[in-house]
Amino acid sequence: MGRAGMRRAMAAEWTKLWSVRSTMWTLVATVVAVVGLCALSTGTVNSSEIIGDPTSRSLIGVFLGQLIFGVLGVLVMSAEYGTGTIRATLSAMPRRPVVLSAKVLVFGAVAVAVSEILTFTAFAVGQGILSAKHAVGSSAAIAQRAHQLGLKIPHNLQFALSSGSASLGQPGVLRAVVGAGLYLAVLGLLALGLATIIRHTAGAISTFVGVVLVLPLIVQALPTSIGNAVARYLPANIGLVMFSTHGVPDRIGPAFSPWVGFALLVLYTVVTLGLACWVLVRRDA
Amino acid sequence: MIEARGLSKRFGNVVAVDDLSFDVRPGTVTGFLGPNGSGKSTTMRMIMGLDSPASGSVTVLGRRYRDLPWPLREVGGLLEAKAIHPGRSARAHLLTLARSNAIARARVDEVLELVGLTSVAGKRVGKFSLGMGQRLGIAAALLGDPGVLLFDEPVNGLDPEGIRWVRTLCKTLAGEGRTVFVSSHLMAEMALTADHLVVIGKGKLIAETSVADFVARSSRQSVKVRTPTPHQLSDAVTNAGGTVMADPDGSMTVTGLSAPEVGDLAAAMSIALHELTPVASLEDAFMELTDEAVEFRGGS
Repeated sequence: MGRAGMRRAMAAEWTKLWSVRSTMWTLVATVVAVVGLCALSTGTVNSSEIIGDPTSRSLIGVFLGQLIFGVLGVLVMSAEYGTGTIRATLSAMPRRPVVLSAKVLVFGAVAVAVSEILTFTAFAVGQGILSAKHAVGSSAAIAQRAHQLGLKIPHNLQFALSSGSASLGQPGVLRAVVGAGLYLAVLGLLALGLATIIRHTAGAISTFVGVVLVLPLIVQALPTSIGNAVARYLPANIGLVMFSTHGVPDRIGPAFSPWVGFALLVLYTVVTLGLACWVLVRRDA
Repeated sequence: MIEARGLSKRFGNVVAVDDLSFDVRPGTVTGFLGPNGSGKSTTMRMIMGLDSPASGSVTVLGRRYRDLPWPLREVGGLLEAKAIHPGRSARAHLLTLARSNAIARARVDEVLELVGLTSVAGKRVGKFSLGMGQRLGIAAALLGDPGVLLFDEPVNGLDPEGIRWVRTLCKTLAGEGRTVFVSSHLMAEMALTADHLVVIGKGKLIAETSVADFVARSSRQSVKVRTPTPHQLSDAVTNAGGTVMADPDGSMTVTGLSAPEVGDLAAAMSIALHELTPVASLEDAFMELTDEAVEFRGGS
């Protein structure tokens, strides 16, 4: 006989996700924004410019993508409260942790799939444009200078110095592209958790934007000693490290290594979702 | 079967439901009657596990709602009209619910047909009228072919034909042996639909009784009479201690005497009667009983 459980709840969430037009539109908008920004950013490179990190240059659209993933994550839950559908959902599935888990799994899977397709596409498009433009990488510029000074670059490092475009085989590149996608997906889940706690679309989106975009600005305004101590914990800065190929961008000061940062981001998300589950069970629908 | 025992709910300092105990039995339509704001919707939400009671308990088929293995196949609820994502089609909404409780896809089209929404099944719910939203809500309630049905103000927003349809539907469902619990603040509607009543005011139980008993309890019972010789009957009734009021349509309303008393009186005096109807003055009975318990009263 069984009972209505996770598998059924996930099937319902899957149907729910794809039966409103906003889902598809939002995802299309994300693709346009992320890949478009990447093309813009790499397409405007001029021949005298030295590209520091061609990988993160092509992933620049992720900054915009994180906002759209945030909105989508928020809507997965807040649309239920905004429209009253939550009552129908919880009548059909009164075991509330199952409802939240199903949403997390279904939206999480879609978010990972879409964001990985997105970052790999942006990377491919961006590197295609850079290599077509024969962009000059910073390493290549160093190599040139070294040559002028009569220094020899070890043979096994020369592949990294060849040009201003990157390939997945180079150190840190695959990690940055995969990491950027995971970063987007996890932020979407963080937004889903915030929306479950806040229950209002506008409030949840504001909070999400505050955490991702405004918090770094505030931290930057703090005295350097405090800023340096705090900055590495911010989701946005964790993201910056994740989609850079060589460690830490200068402007954020000391940072965690990419995967440690990612683990921290996952921890934030798990804690937020845990809190979300607790309030979902406790509160009246 | 729904059993509420000592059910209470507070919102801040406001007591919405106060120590409510009642049973709703299968095979009959039970009306849940009370003025607006008396706690009907809150009680229904507690039955369906959406709100949790401050104290007391309520079970459906002997279990708490959240312990029902396949909730939609056991309980169908219409709680709010159009509490559905406006961007989703009627069919998609029902399909979502069907998926969650392993209900066959074909059943979705079946209930759409049943409520008369087949032609607009693919249309977005945001474009629905209140009446269509109400029908969709009823379709959702019927989706799992449940033995227990809860309808919160189901005739709100429906046209006269829709109202009659809901009335017939409730009776048919009860006739099939299901438990049907219908809330309303419209007493006249309940008189036509329900067999049994749970009456509340200010969250407290006022009466749990049959519709007939509820009406009989009222001191303001009246009888509608039509006769070709109104003056003769009027005198006879007045002499017997009743009160007569002439109605604009030529009939008269007798109070203070029961319908059998009026009939016997007329027979004894050889007065022809063309109509003799005990008026189901549920409205009066209700007003009388809830007089103390009405929370919001107009300025009249």
